[in-house]
Amino acid sequence: MSLLRVEHLVVEFPGRRGTLRALDDVSFDIAPGEILGVVGESGAGKSLTGAAIIGLLEPPGHVAGGAIHLDGQRIDKLPPEQMRKIRGRKIGAIFQDPLTSLNPLYSIGRMLVETIMTHLPVGAAEARQRAIQLLKDTGIPAAEERIDHYPHQFSGGMRQRVVIALALAAEPQLIVADEPTTALDVSIQAQIITLLQRLCKERGAAVMLITHDMGVIAETCDRVAVMYAGRIVEIGPVHEIINQPSHPYTRGLMACIPDMSRERDLLHQIDGAMPRLTAIPPGCAFNPRCEQVFERCRQDRPELLAAGATRAACWLHAQDGAAP
Amino acid sequence: MSTPLVQATDLAMTFDVSAPWLNRVLERKPRLLLHAVDGVSFAIERGKTLALVGESGCGKSTVARLLVGLHEPTRGQFRFDGLDAHAIYKTGHGLKLRRRIQMIFQDPYASLNPRWRVEDIIAEPLREHGLLSDNAAVRERVEALLYSVGLAAPDRIKYPHQFSGGQRQRISIARALATQPEFLVCDEPTSALDVSVQAQVLNIMKELQAELGLTYLFISHNLAVVRHVSDQVGVMYLGRLVELADKQVLFDHPRHPYTRMLLDAIPKMHDTGRARTPVQGEVPNPLNPPAGCAFNPRCPHANDRCRSERPVMLSSDTAHVACHAVEEQRL
Repeated sequence: MSLLRVEHLVVEFPGRRGTLRALDDVSFDIAPGEILGVVGESGAGKSLTGAAIIGLLEPPGHVAGGAIHLDGQRIDKLPPEQMRKIRGRKIGAIFQDPLTSLNPLYSIGRMLVETIMTHLPVGAAEARQRAIQLLKDTGIPAAEERIDHYPHQFSGGMRQRVVIALALAAEPQLIVADEPTTALDVSIQAQIITLLQRLCKERGAAVMLITHDMGVIAETCDRVAVMYAGRIVEIGPVHEIINQPSHPYTRGLMACIPDMSRERDLLHQIDGAMPRLTAIPPGCAFNPRCEQVFERCRQDRPELLAAGATRAACWLHAQDGAAP
Repeated sequence: MSTPLVQATDLAMTFDVSAPWLNRVLERKPRLLLHAVDGVSFAIERGKTLALVGESGCGKSTVARLLVGLHEPTRGQFRFDGLDAHAIYKTGHGLKLRRRIQMIFQDPYASLNPRWRVEDIIAEPLREHGLLSDNAAVRERVEALLYSVGLAAPDRIKYPHQFSGGQRQRISIARALATQPEFLVCDEPTSALDVSVQAQVLNIMKELQAELGLTYLFISHNLAVVRHVSDQVGVMYLGRLVELADKQVLFDHPRHPYTRMLLDAIPKMHDTGRARTPVQGEVPNPLNPPAGCAFNPRCPHANDRCRSERPVMLSSDTAHVACHAVEEQRL
């Protein structure tokens, strides 16, 4: 039984010059305790998928089709009041920049206590005790003192720990982490990823980890979804996605990354750029950049098809023998 | 061996971050000096690439700004092609020298004027340095520059917002190349870009280097990128170089504990599911650096000497390392 089930999700932005379809038919699920990585280039729709699940799509963007189920309950059609209760209680969110996701005028203790008391039936004294415990769990030294400090008194890595503590405060079942380590240095990044992994395992929370850093994905996730131009082009276990990708885009993406263990004169490059939402080509959105493109790719849009251990949206894996 | 094109000797940059004078007098606050760069020396041969790596706040960008003359060093000297660059920057010949040293910035969204057309952006250095004044000649040169970075001639009448991040970074490379410089200072040129686009920009930079014989100072926090582009690598920590070595030596046999830590901290792509062993602690406050070796609070090999005496750069035939543990052969 999956904890989060996203089915045929469509997100649209109506505008004066027509409607932009930013997410088109995105389906995936996450099991309890599982970490699903979502990768892709900027503009592929990773963060938008996260925002749609948390119910924080920026208007005029809205869910125009499909459904999101959390723990058996449909959450994409809930009124804002009810969604607010789910956010924080059942879904925790971690964003990229720890400084902008904390209120500079509140001490971190006040933010934590407020979150705990909003979602859990506990009194102020107990909430404070829990807040201190949370700060200790996230590895903040001298938590009893630090709880009354303000965000500007913390370093970047420490702030991200506070944000993680806030996201975990009401013991949610699902954490949506949108680029949680992008703003941090590598040595701090390792600390934060290890922490996130450990805490979620201890609490049995599922994680949707949105990032563009394949290294982070490789060491953290159980499964990976690769997004391109608003759609999932490949989804499968992390080991297969990284070592034997089936979609030409995933293969290109893996080859682009400078590798520490191998030396090459020139890096592999995918020519061109991801199409703008206003100009998505017919057929497969990747076809103008694809090295293995054939006629069918320019006409029909592929669905996710079984391709070895993963599923890839590519006609090369069609079973009806249409591939050249 | 000829003299290196770029030679920095004991470069240092101190910023005065004290409270205003009145507060200092009334509240008895002391003067506060921030040693952003503290005695950095390196040399780059013509046509080669030196990469500087380190975490945020270690002074890599300040070194870049020193070399292009945006700051004047508080100590030390930067010799370019045998000339004392900072002495010349102050004289009337400064413009001539600046023509030979250009810079590429990190964020192509911020470093291009959104109200200018691409041709004006690229032609600005040409006009500013008085290299070309004839409009037809300028246009021809702009088109050639666009072509050299993989853009098309008709792109010159567009505005920056019509380009993607990678294309914008190519425009800033074209602008930097306009004056036919010999030395390019690149401050995190690809860290704002996606990996597929990063590969395009890195490839262009490598091709241009081979074609035009450019010398690069490449600043980055991404060791995998550094390994790809550089000939020599310098690792900085809290304003000082802790290790400087040829790329092969540094990546195969890192000596300094901080270099080892940085290398260990990189996620390994192909062993999925293997956790890194994170190093504890964070970069200390540069206003109040620890005594002795700046890395000692995070270093697993620190002893009493590391906590009291600052290590100096010691050179062996393959590498320069500033570490007591390496010197005493404890490591």
